[in-house]
Amino acid sequence: MSRRKRAAAPGTERFADAPLDGSLLEIEDVKTQFKTPRGLVHAVDGVSFTLERGKTIGIVGESGCGKSVLSRSIMGLLPSNVVRYGSIRFEGHEIGNATGNEMRPFWGTQMAIVFQDAMTALNPVMRIGNQLMESLRFHFDVTKEYAEETALALLTSVGIPEAERRLHEYPHQLSGGMRQRVMIAIALACGPKLLFADEPTTALDVTVQAQILDLLQQQQRERFMAMVLVTHDLGVVAGRTDDIAVMYAGRIVERAPTRSLFEHTRHPYTEALLKSIPKLAQPSHSKLDAIAGRPPDLVKPPRGCKFAARCPYAQAKCITDEPPLVDPDIPGHAFRCFFPVGSQAGADALTRNLAAGETATGLPVRKDGEVVLTGSTV
Amino acid sequence: MALESAETKIVPGALDPAAIDEPEDEVFEKRRIGVLAWIGIGWLGLVVLIAILAPLLPIKSPTLGDYVHPQAGMFTPGHILGSDDSGRDVLSRVIWGARASLLISLGSIAFGTLIGGLLGLIAGFKGGVTDTVLSAFFNIFLAFPQLVLALTLVSVLAPVKNSGGASSGEWAHRILVVILAVGIVSVPLLGRITRASAISWSQREFVMAARAQGATNRRVMFREVLPNVMPAMLSIALLGVAIVLVLEGALAVFGVSIQEPDPSWGNMIYSQLSNLNSAPTVWIVPSVLIFVSVLALNYLGDVVRARFDVRESAL
Repeated sequence: MSRRKRAAAPGTERFADAPLDGSLLEIEDVKTQFKTPRGLVHAVDGVSFTLERGKTIGIVGESGCGKSVLSRSIMGLLPSNVVRYGSIRFEGHEIGNATGNEMRPFWGTQMAIVFQDAMTALNPVMRIGNQLMESLRFHFDVTKEYAEETALALLTSVGIPEAERRLHEYPHQLSGGMRQRVMIAIALACGPKLLFADEPTTALDVTVQAQILDLLQQQQRERFMAMVLVTHDLGVVAGRTDDIAVMYAGRIVERAPTRSLFEHTRHPYTEALLKSIPKLAQPSHSKLDAIAGRPPDLVKPPRGCKFAARCPYAQAKCITDEPPLVDPDIPGHAFRCFFPVGSQAGADALTRNLAAGETATGLPVRKDGEVVLTGSTV
Repeated sequence: MALESAETKIVPGALDPAAIDEPEDEVFEKRRIGVLAWIGIGWLGLVVLIAILAPLLPIKSPTLGDYVHPQAGMFTPGHILGSDDSGRDVLSRVIWGARASLLISLGSIAFGTLIGGLLGLIAGFKGGVTDTVLSAFFNIFLAFPQLVLALTLVSVLAPVKNSGGASSGEWAHRILVVILAVGIVSVPLLGRITRASAISWSQREFVMAARAQGATNRRVMFREVLPNVMPAMLSIALLGVAIVLVLEGALAVFGVSIQEPDPSWGNMIYSQLSNLNSAPTVWIVPSVLIFVSVLALNYLGDVVRARFDVRESAL
C-alpha cells in the first residue's frame, strides 16, 4: 500500500502546477517505425498537429494507414521493436520518447484510451466493478467504499441500466454495446484530459454505434476533455469533431476543420473516401465506388505522392515529387496535393488524364472521373 | 430445453426485463461438473480425511509385526486387508502410508506450482532476455529424465542411513527431502505450462488496456494475467499430483523414499517385490489405491480446465 502511495505522489504533484494555457497536445513530425524481418515499416511518417483543450480531432484513414499507431505513439503504448522520432508535447511535457515507466503517471489520469473491441479489452475473469475500481484505487488513495460509489456513478453516467447489479457481473454477461460503455467508463474513471477512442464503434452493431458516439461526445463536452477519435469511417466523424486529419500511408494528406473538409474537399484521397460511402439516394444494386488498388508497402514507400498510384488526378510530377502539407487557399485547411480537387490545376489534370485514358501512373480512368475497376475486384 | 436456456441466459438482453429477472444461480447451471467429478472429489476427500485421522482411527500399529499371522490373506479376522511377511496389518499400513504419499505428492506439487508458476509467469509476461534465461533453465532441467533427477536430488540432499528403526523426526526429515527433490523436478514442468499460458494472455488487449490506465507491471501481472493463467496451472498441478504419486513408488523401488519400517504406498509395493505371489494383497491394495487416485486426479484436472476456462467464444 505504502509503495503505491509513493508511486502515485510524484505523478499528482507533477500535474498540480500544469499550465492551464497553451495547447493540450502538440505533436510535431512524429515518426514511428517498426523493425521487422522485412525491414523498417514506416507506420507513421512525419505527422504534426495541435489539439486544444476540450477539442476533438478525428483521424480517418483506411486499414494500415497508421492511424491506430499514431494514437498509440502519443500514448506511448508501443511494442519493443519500435523506433520513434519527433516531438510530442503534452501540456508542455515532452513525451516523444518517454519509456513506459515515465508514461505511467500520464496513463489513466492524463490520457486514456477506449479500444475497438471491448470484449478483448476487458478482463474476462474480473467483475466489471473491480475493473472500474482498479485504476481509481491505485491512482488515488481512496477507500474501497469511495471507489465503489464512484464506479457506480460512472456506470450510471455512461447509461448502463441497473448499474449496481452490473458491478458484480462479468464482461461476458453484458452485450457488446454495454461492454463498450463499460470500457468508456473505465477510461473516464480517473478523469483524463485527453481521451483516445480507437475505432470505438467498429466492433459494434450498427444500431448501437450512434449511441456510443453520442455518449463519447456527451462525456467529452461535460468533462471538457480533448478527444482523438480514430476511425476508418468518415461518417463517424462528420459533425462530431472540430478537426479532421485524413491519413494515408502514415502521413496526414488533408487536415482541416470538419465543415471545411466536407465542403471544400481538396485531396483526391479524401474525395475518394467520401465517394466510397454508399448513399441512400442511390438506386439499389448500384456499384459501390471502391478505391482501386491497395495502400503502398510501408517498408518501401514510393518516392513521390504516396497516393499517386491510385489517384485519378496523378501527373508525372506526382511520381517524382512529394507535395508538402500546406494551406494555400483556405487558412487552416492543409492538404498534400499538387492538383487538388476543386482547383483549376486539379480540373486540368483530370481532363488530361481523361484525354489520355489513363493517369501518369497507368491507372485507367473513366469519363466521369471515376476509376475503372479492373480484374476480379468487380 | 438446452437451446432455450442458452438463449435466455448466455445473451442477457440488457433491456429485456425477462432476462434481468432471471435468478442468478441459474446462469451457472449449465456449468455443472458432473457425477464422475463428484465421485473423484469424494474419493480424494476420503483418502485425505483418513490420512489426516490415521492416529485416531481404531487400527493396528503400522510398524508392529504380528508374527502369528504373517502373510495373511484378505478378510482374515484381525487383518481385513491381510498382512505382510512380518505380519504387519496392510489396512493400517496403507492408511499411514497415505499420509506419506499424499504429503509428498501434494507438498512437492505445491512447491513446484509456487516456484514454477511464479517463474513461468514472469518469463511469459516479461519476455525478452528474462524469458530466454528462464526458459533455458527450464529446458536444461527438463533434459534430465525426471526419475534420475529426483533420485540424484534425494541422494544428494539426504543419503540413506542404514540405522534401522526410524524416529518420527527422521520420518519428517525424509518427507521434506523427498518433497524438495520432487518439487524441484516439477518446477520446470509447471513453469513451462504457466509460461506458455502467460505469453498468450499477456498479449491480450485487456493487458494493454490495464497498462493504459496506469497499472504497474507487477499489478498487471498478478491482477490481470495470473487469474487467467490459474486454470491451466491448477489443471496441470492436479495431473502433477497424480504423477508424483507414481513417482514416489518409483523412488521407493530405488529405496530412497520413505524408509522401512515406516510405510508409504510406494515402499509397500516395493517391500513385496521378492514375494509377489505369496502375499499379493500387500502390493495389490496400495497399487489399487494409487490407480484410483491417479484416475480421479486426472479426471479432475480435465474438469478444472473445462470448468474454469472462460473463453469468450464459448460464452
